[in-house]
Amino acid sequence: MCSLCGVLGGNEHWADAVARPGVYTRNVERIDRRRERANRVRIANGMLARFGLTITDWQGASFVLATRTGKSEIIEDLGHLWPAAERLCGRPCDPLDVDLIAAAEVAIDD
Amino acid sequence: MTEPQIPLLTPINLLTGFLGSGKTTLLARLLADPALSDAAVLINEFGEVGLDHHLVERIDDTMVLLQSGCLCCTVRGELADAIKDLHSKRERGLVPPFRRIVVESTGLADPFPVLSTIKSDPVLRHHFRPGNVITTVDAVNGLRQLGSYVESNRQAAVADRLVVTKADLAPAADMSGLVEKLRGINPDAPLLTATDPAFDVADLVDENLSLRAAALQSTSGFYCEAPAQLATADGGVHQSAVTSFVMIVERAIDWTAFGIWLTMLLNRHGDRVLRVKGILNIAGEERPVAIHGVQHLVHTPVHMERWPDEDRRSRIVFIVDGLDVELLKRSFEAFALDRSSVGDGAVPKRSLQERQSSS
Repeated sequence: MCSLCGVLGGNEHWADAVARPGVYTRNVERIDRRRERANRVRIANGMLARFGLTITDWQGASFVLATRTGKSEIIEDLGHLWPAAERLCGRPCDPLDVDLIAAAEVAIDD
Repeated sequence: MTEPQIPLLTPINLLTGFLGSGKTTLLARLLADPALSDAAVLINEFGEVGLDHHLVERIDDTMVLLQSGCLCCTVRGELADAIKDLHSKRERGLVPPFRRIVVESTGLADPFPVLSTIKSDPVLRHHFRPGNVITTVDAVNGLRQLGSYVESNRQAAVADRLVVTKADLAPAADMSGLVEKLRGINPDAPLLTATDPAFDVADLVDENLSLRAAALQSTSGFYCEAPAQLATADGGVHQSAVTSFVMIVERAIDWTAFGIWLTMLLNRHGDRVLRVKGILNIAGEERPVAIHGVQHLVHTPVHMERWPDEDRRSRIVFIVDGLDVELLKRSFEAFALDRSSVGDGAVPKRSLQERQSSS
């Protein structure tokens, strides 16, 4: 399977790569597609933990983003992830935040 | 039936350039050129291009057919409506089946909203896609404009093709200064000179260079033209905050981790990331993947047919406006690489993801 696809439905976000002739197909290999979704959830959770958020797959169709107090929001694809994450945690999720980077670098060096 | 001639997604090229940079002159040339005989061109005013002698048929108030076969329209109101109108007329057979659209933007416009419109409009995005952005830069005034106007910098930065106009009027020293400046802002867009006898209009709209991987022969190993690696600022021209840099990544990239990082970056800083362009070595993939983004918009990634050479490292060009380059590189290192799924010895033993799942 192509590592760029993995989602069924009318998804138009670039990270899912649209199935068009000559680009990618997504109507085969369902197991791989689910595996890719699980992988996405895993990686996204690693990032979201820094903001006190978690993400879970919902029926292989959407994702549920939640705070520690249970406030949650359903998102269609990863393109909607960050605006929703910022709404839920009430602060900007900035990958160029010096403290955030420093914390991640410490974790890597362990 | 005319339908088979119509591409699945009709490309929309954007012609931009600062006030007085020769946009209209280039446009007049485009309109008469057989290379655009299958195009519809959206312009601001009929009057300014002077179409009368090319005119074949007036379709309605806003649309005329030219001798070259090119369809020319003026935009009244919203651009999206004008494009939808064209699409509707094409479907109904009222206009020739054009296979590309060229949009002229005003001299002071930031080109990004046009691209964004094409990608976000619920109708347009299923029928059209953004094509090359063509930016004209005036050899006489260009350097000064780039030094003083943000719009001018942005137009140059998002360009897929840079066209230097009035080169015959500028002294050679000015010209080389301008080229250097443009290379600093946009290292990888092919630079064409409008007065060059070899200048071919077809090169402007041709996407072979940037998108069709099979055509990739660049010796630089990049899927576009070689990004000129500029020497760091030696106190010279550095008035603008627009900078470009190339990031070379040794390790195979995890597509998902990269995607999450890039969406996060663009969500926060999209208006300042003028361009992201790169060839990525994706973990688990034989072939490289080309990515191409303009501000908040990322084009559908393309699987290239093969690597251009032996070099298997990922190369990403960023053109940013006022972002801290070092911080961006650190952020990429810290977040965009999935460290848990790679098994080679260079990888730290405990990754962020593992921490998360084991805690």
